[in-house]
Amino acid sequence: MDDAMVAQPSSTAVDLHGDSSLQVEISDAVSERDKVKFTVQTKSCLPHFAQTEFSVVRQHEEFIWLHDAYVENEEYAGLIIPPAPPRPDFEASREKLQKLGEGDSSITREEFAKMKQELEAEYLAIFKKTVAMHEVFLQRLAAHPTLRRDHNFFVFLEYGQDLSVRGKNRKELLGGFLRNIVKSADEALITGMSGLKEVDDFFEHERTFLLEYHTRIRDACLRADRVMHSHKCLADDYIPISAALSSLGTQEVNQLKTSFLKLAELFERLRKLEGRMASDEDLKLSDMLRYYMRDSQAAKDLLYRRLRALADYENANKALDKARTRNREVRTAESHQQLCCQRFERLSDSAKQELMDFKSRRVSSFRKNLIELAELELKHAKASTLLLRNTLVALKGEP
Amino acid sequence: AEVVLDDDREDLFAEATEEVSLDSPEREPILSSEPSPAVTPVTPTTLIAPRIESKSLSAPVIFDRSREEIEEEANGDVFDIEIGVSDPEKVGDGMNAYMAYRVTTKTSLSMFSKSEFSVKRRFSDFLGLHSKLASKYLHVGYIVPPAPEKSIVGMTKVKVGKEDSSSTEFVEKRRAALERYLQRTVKHPTLLQDPDLRQFLESSELPRAVNTQALSGAGILRMVNKAADAVNKMTIKMNESDAWFEEKQQQFENLDQQLRKLHASVEALVCHRKELSANTAAFAKSAAMLGNSEDHTALSRALSQLAEVEEKIDQLHQEQAFADFYMFSELLSDYIRLIAAVKGVFDHRMKCWQKWEDAQITLLKKRETEAKMMVANKPDKIQQAKNEIREWEAKVQQGERDFEQISKTIRKEVGRFEKERVKDFKTVIIKYLESLVQTQQQLIKYWEAFLPEAKAIA
Repeated sequence: MDDAMVAQPSSTAVDLHGDSSLQVEISDAVSERDKVKFTVQTKSCLPHFAQTEFSVVRQHEEFIWLHDAYVENEEYAGLIIPPAPPRPDFEASREKLQKLGEGDSSITREEFAKMKQELEAEYLAIFKKTVAMHEVFLQRLAAHPTLRRDHNFFVFLEYGQDLSVRGKNRKELLGGFLRNIVKSADEALITGMSGLKEVDDFFEHERTFLLEYHTRIRDACLRADRVMHSHKCLADDYIPISAALSSLGTQEVNQLKTSFLKLAELFERLRKLEGRMASDEDLKLSDMLRYYMRDSQAAKDLLYRRLRALADYENANKALDKARTRNREVRTAESHQQLCCQRFERLSDSAKQELMDFKSRRVSSFRKNLIELAELELKHAKASTLLLRNTLVALKGEP
Repeated sequence: AEVVLDDDREDLFAEATEEVSLDSPEREPILSSEPSPAVTPVTPTTLIAPRIESKSLSAPVIFDRSREEIEEEANGDVFDIEIGVSDPEKVGDGMNAYMAYRVTTKTSLSMFSKSEFSVKRRFSDFLGLHSKLASKYLHVGYIVPPAPEKSIVGMTKVKVGKEDSSSTEFVEKRRAALERYLQRTVKHPTLLQDPDLRQFLESSELPRAVNTQALSGAGILRMVNKAADAVNKMTIKMNESDAWFEEKQQQFENLDQQLRKLHASVEALVCHRKELSANTAAFAKSAAMLGNSEDHTALSRALSQLAEVEEKIDQLHQEQAFADFYMFSELLSDYIRLIAAVKGVFDHRMKCWQKWEDAQITLLKKRETEAKMMVANKPDKIQQAKNEIREWEAKVQQGERDFEQISKTIRKEVGRFEKERVKDFKTVIIKYLESLVQTQQQLIKYWEAFLPEAKAIA
């Protein structure tokens, strides 16, 4: 009985064809009251590191610090920065477990045990997912030829002590606020409202494409989540049904006894199948859509940066013209304009490559997950059919 | 101006032109304390009474079978009758409108003049039929199947002309319920003999039933429950000579509780499946949009295919929810109401016993009075006392006969009911599981068609 909940990084939508000179994984994770502690293990033969194998313990805030360090680094302006992992959120799950504990006296002990089992499985699944998200983030960095050489990355992987970035939380919140203001300016840029003229067809296409794509994938992700949620509710409904059938069967004195008991067993097994179906859909569909929603946002961010560089370049041109007309500080204006031009061209070249990589990554990921989704759906449907047919044979066979 | 009656008004007035007279049984509360007029003329007692006097209560099983045989012989032919309720049609406009249903009977029974015939009936006609049957047979121990529930909200929507899916759903739910109701009623060999039932099935014209509040399934059940409460409040300490009755009552009580629990859970299932269907449809649309945006051709095509698959799956979920409801959920709610009728019948027996007890007590009192009068030597009072004693001796005898009769009838009825219940549940469970299998098989078909599309992404 394979556990569909094992978090395998490759199943979460990222195809990593990096070399083995730097391997990163989260070998262990512990969930404490209000935080998760990840054990980040690195295996590397790179000369930079003191050992070939070592691990450190990191918390979510430290991952965010690393992500922001990349984003703020001008050197990586032309790259798609892998999206930061989402904050671990066990609130909902914890609340449900608590509510169950407070207890509804009308449910039987078996029902209670089953519901508890379900909720614990849910908690475990969320936990595994958050581990996978954090792991994938690091693995993408490790696979990228440029990003993997970052000094902060080395520090993150190797430095044994706490990175003391907790205080940044307040800054993070404030930073988030400021970032949103900047973002609306970016939106204006990217939606063409700023009057900036795009000279490159490739980027023009990418801009229109990404804007629409991001909105639609976000929609699809939200709706996939709702489907998954309904599926889960359905599976949970089988618990009281199975319990009631069981009681009915126990009480009956006639031929319905065996029918009810068999039916109770059937619903219990169907519940497990439906539950597995829901979690597979979650992993293969919802999570994949969510990941590419974030990745496409990261791609959009890249476009923003390029457009800002273009805006700078255009402004530098205008300044140069002005300087030439007035014949004042022409050389400064010239060198500034050259810098802007170089920066813009460097960004454009790198962005082009990154966007093409993004596309191939996306396509291969969708392919893999859609195939796996279809295969799992088939597997479960066949298992359900077998189960139902066996029960039917047993029921029909009785007098 | 003519006051036109509609199905669901809570306060109803008699139409002057109606054939239903003031003395009709519908007018009296179903459980009156006086002897109901229905005891004597009813066919069942005359049918059964002469034959079984000689048999005792000692072998109930054989007893039951011979009774069935008797009734079959009396019918002359084997039970063969099929009822369909179809073609709901709105008649009239506004708040006076109502739904007319076609009731079709197919039968080879000789008691009917034709082998296939149909009539148009409205909901209150069904309620009227049930009330007549209930008033004749409930208090002598027959389990009369309850009529479907009234629903003011549902009917109002239909009347007002809302052509949306919820009113079509409501009409279909009602049509199916009416069909099941009639099928259960005709399956009862005693009720099948009833002239009112035959008139309902055959007559092209039927006198309008009035006071349908009292006649509704809910109304009858309310009265049955009220009687039950009254019985309990009377603290009848019945010397239950027959443990069978106590056992059965307990069994039905447990069954009732469990069925209610199961029913509530199944209703939740139906609700969530409908939600799943709606959410799947929404997802299908967004998957299609995503496919349109996707600039990689093969992936774009695969996503569109995914959207199509999800749309078909939404349809599947809807159909499955339909099956969940009509097969599983409605079966349970039918039986919850049937069991209420069974409980009512048990309570009638207790009331019957109480009446017999009371008659015995009164007889005792009359005898004491006679003795007193004899001592006091008052000849005319003595004569009066003797007359009263004779009267009450007869009542005691009648009370005992009635009690034995109702007990016999209930035993038989419960046996028949349980047999039917087993059959019903087994049939429906199998049908329901087959619907689940169908759904899974369709899912397999859809995903098998999709898999190569996903693999084709290059």
